[in-house]
Amino acid sequence: MRSHASNGFCAYLRRDLRLSHRRLGEAASPLIFFIMVSTLVPLGITPDPASLALVASGIIWVFALLATMLSANDLFTGDYQDGSLEQLLISPQVLVMPVLGKVTAHWLVTGLPLTIVSPLLGLMLSLPEAGYFPMMASLALGTACLSLLGAVGAALTVSLQKGGMLLALVVMPLYMPVIIFGGATVQYGIDGLAWTGPLAILGAMLAAAIALCPLAIAGVLRLTSIN
Amino acid sequence: MGNPSLITIENLRFERDDTTVVNCDHLHLDAGDILQVEGPNGSGKTTLLRLLTTALQPCEGTILYCGKSIIECRLEYLSDILFIGHQSAVKLSLTAEENLAWMAMSQLDSSSVLNALESLGLAGYTDIPCYKLSAGQKRRVALARLLISDARIWYLDEPFTAIDREGVKLLERCMKDHVSSGGAVVVSTHQDLDLKGVRHYPILGESLLRACS
Repeated sequence: MRSHASNGFCAYLRRDLRLSHRRLGEAASPLIFFIMVSTLVPLGITPDPASLALVASGIIWVFALLATMLSANDLFTGDYQDGSLEQLLISPQVLVMPVLGKVTAHWLVTGLPLTIVSPLLGLMLSLPEAGYFPMMASLALGTACLSLLGAVGAALTVSLQKGGMLLALVVMPLYMPVIIFGGATVQYGIDGLAWTGPLAILGAMLAAAIALCPLAIAGVLRLTSIN
Repeated sequence: MGNPSLITIENLRFERDDTTVVNCDHLHLDAGDILQVEGPNGSGKTTLLRLLTTALQPCEGTILYCGKSIIECRLEYLSDILFIGHQSAVKLSLTAEENLAWMAMSQLDSSSVLNALESLGLAGYTDIPCYKLSAGQKRRVALARLLISDARIWYLDEPFTAIDREGVKLLERCMKDHVSSGGAVVVSTHQDLDLKGVRHYPILGESLLRACS
């Protein structure tokens, strides 16, 4: 059974990555969204570096959260519409591993690229130098949490035609702890405090999310797809 | 008592919004059977098949697999069935070969995947993204799963949709080969099958009965 389980993880990870590769434009849109809205901030608020530096970490975190959430909406809808989700539900394997594979693929095409380009936005928003490394570290862990939590919401809204707004309402409260400790990590870094503390809590949240979210997603998918 | 049937359905009932969609007192399926589920649109053919695949849970009644409830021996049962529904689970941006290889959960070498696609008349189309294929060809990609699967029970929901005459013959031959090697097929279709020994299971949905009276 074990070989079966890891098979499910790898098969879904590989397939979802390949699907994203085939539709690069679609896969890149969260990243482009992230960059574009961030450029609006200096235009909308002030280009003054000192004022921007105060809000830079929070802004980057909020936009990373929105970009992840917008893309989480499509996590299961494609599979639901073409019948692959039904096939997954009746496949002779533990549902948790394929689900984890799908979420991992989602993080690799959204959260990871966001983390990689975040220094560019830090530069644009005059983020103090000491904040760069904490920002990347917290985004790497935090976006993985966001992908997992977003997937729970996506599973809940999968059978709805326009589930986007509902998804936002469902997952926003779950995102709060992540953004609190994510933002705190960057702020601690900027203030010269020990930023590994909040980062460790973020890591603990990720560990809990990896353990619990796939179970929740699997359960919810079984419930919502019965109609 | 001989061996228990492959599948036995007892007093199966499924309701949706207070309407009985499926009501099946007794039905059994043995190795070597082809069971054709017939009935007008909306009579619950797909629902019956989805109940059989455990995609839906019945409100009442049981489905037994070799004498054991399918809920108790879920994984064992699921690894012995193959369901092809209305939605074909074919990913449009993947090629036919990639789709089939993925459906087989990478447990097969590429030559048997290609062979399966070729025997369904898709030679030359295996490396084209499926969105470029016609509806019938997409259907054939989904049906190619029948050739690579080792499941004993096939549940086919309207498998002939968009399939041409040659394809229908091909599919009938597949079913015949499958049952002669000890498998069983449950197929819902409005088409008359050109096969010997097909058992018919007509359903007249409860909701329709009510509408008539």
